[in-house]
Amino acid sequence: MKERNRMKRVMVDVVTMFKRCLILSMRSLDALFASIAQPILMMLLFVYVFGGAVDVGGISYVNYIVPGVILQCIGQCATITAISVNNDMKRGIIDRFRTMPITRSSLLIGHALSAVVRNIITTALLIGLAFLIGFRPTASITQWLAIIAILLLFMLAITWLSIMFGLIASSAESASSFAVVIIVLPYISSGFVTTESMPKYLRIFAENQPMTPIIESIRSLLLNSTMDQNFLPAILWCASMLIVAYGGAVMIYKKKAN
Amino acid sequence: MNQTETMISVSSLEKSFKGFKVLKGIDFNINKGSIFALLGSNGAGKTTTVKILSTLLKPDGGKVEICGYDVVSQRVKVCEHISLTGQYAAVDEVLTGRENLCMIAALRHLPDRNKKADELLESFQLVDAADRRVSAYSGGMRRRLDLAMGLLGNPAVIFLDEPTTGLDPQSRLAMWKIIKSLATEGTTVFLTTQYLEEAEQLADHIAILHDGRIVAEGTPDALKKRIPQGTIELMFYNENELKKAFDLLKVYQISKNMEMLTITIMTDGSVKQLTNVLNQINNVDISVSGFTQKLPTLEEVFLKLVSETKEEF
Repeated sequence: MKERNRMKRVMVDVVTMFKRCLILSMRSLDALFASIAQPILMMLLFVYVFGGAVDVGGISYVNYIVPGVILQCIGQCATITAISVNNDMKRGIIDRFRTMPITRSSLLIGHALSAVVRNIITTALLIGLAFLIGFRPTASITQWLAIIAILLLFMLAITWLSIMFGLIASSAESASSFAVVIIVLPYISSGFVTTESMPKYLRIFAENQPMTPIIESIRSLLLNSTMDQNFLPAILWCASMLIVAYGGAVMIYKKKAN
Repeated sequence: MNQTETMISVSSLEKSFKGFKVLKGIDFNINKGSIFALLGSNGAGKTTTVKILSTLLKPDGGKVEICGYDVVSQRVKVCEHISLTGQYAAVDEVLTGRENLCMIAALRHLPDRNKKADELLESFQLVDAADRRVSAYSGGMRRRLDLAMGLLGNPAVIFLDEPTTGLDPQSRLAMWKIIKSLATEGTTVFLTTQYLEEAEQLADHIAILHDGRIVAEGTPDALKKRIPQGTIELMFYNENELKKAFDLLKVYQISKNMEMLTITIMTDGSVKQLTNVLNQINNVDISVSGFTQKLPTLEEVFLKLVSETKEEF
């Protein structure tokens, strides 16, 4: 009974913080749209400018790059998360939260949940736009579920990374700069061109960094191929990033509290 | 409940930052329902003390108990009984006043959140601004909202870190009224301030913090007798005249500035003492180029108390 009460308190704390962070994002919709504008522009640029000149082995270029663009979009969203966590740490409200008997990590979980909501909205918008310019996935229902699972896991991992960087950074500007890595990494992967076309050292890097298996598995699922050998590495990469980032963020948050 | 129940007890509290001792062993006890003012200038260690008492910082040495709970080992218990209003208003700028109150009410797990929010908006005169974002609030409104948020859940002890710094005189008076009414309802108030006047107006008990130590402590009346109420500054034409006057006036609390050719004398603020000083100068025919009468600065008060403390040891 006592345990149930405790769980209920934790739930109320998390839900309250989640609502607060959602209101925060809904009141800065301009930032949300700014974060989706860049990946959309890049997608249009790649499809219409480079698309005709790039050979990706028999599939249409839009179909080829959508997974890479989605990951970039998630990276762009991470900047908002990092900035809002960083802002919270500097404002007076954090001292009030800390002197109240609330579940300590509820604020971070609230940020994470609202970040996932933001990610889902922008990713859905992006996929919708991709449809308009000729994106034609042929995935079955189960394959879509697998895609959603990978994307959710990736969103969570990147979100917790951005929370961690938001906690470490001394300013909002530096908090958001880490996301550049997530935006650039898909370029040095099989996201936009095949890795075979790259110089040897770049190719070794490209084939062994997390973005490649994630992009490859999403792409093969979208195009209704069989579950390929990239699925497991993709899940493992996302899960391990998530565990490290979550652990790191909670540890830093607790340490900062003293 | 017992009227003299101790709500806050602090003994030999110490804290250092990077080898620099900010608090050098301070002690005090605060009774239930009283207003305690920690008076000190910037950098005296006031905010550090509040942060330790409200569990935001860990002490390096000594013991702090709030409502009988230890701030280090029973942090969560302490959090259940306190509320902190910081130097920078602890409100959420992006939310409206009402949303701020409802959020804190939810986090305190209170029933009837909306009703409680309405009551507080009413009594803190924020009804008109209730649905505006806090970023558009004036300084006084923010502090009032901040305090209202702190009252949700009826904490037994309220910490106010410089509650009126940066407020205009009218908002300041409104704040004083609110603080006084809290204590009459049985809440224990711990406040810090750099204004002697504020401490005298509000507190039942004042402790003066200077350089990490408490240099004086007592009721406002008791302290008033110990600290100067006014200063007279005399200006001279040359060092010689100044020295003559300095020797003559040594019986008073006095300091000299050879570069500016001035002497500062602390007085009890009475006309009688002022006349005495001027008469003494006049009688021996020392020429004075000018004089001004001022209220003592907090620094001067500290210096006097510090020198007194040294004499006692």
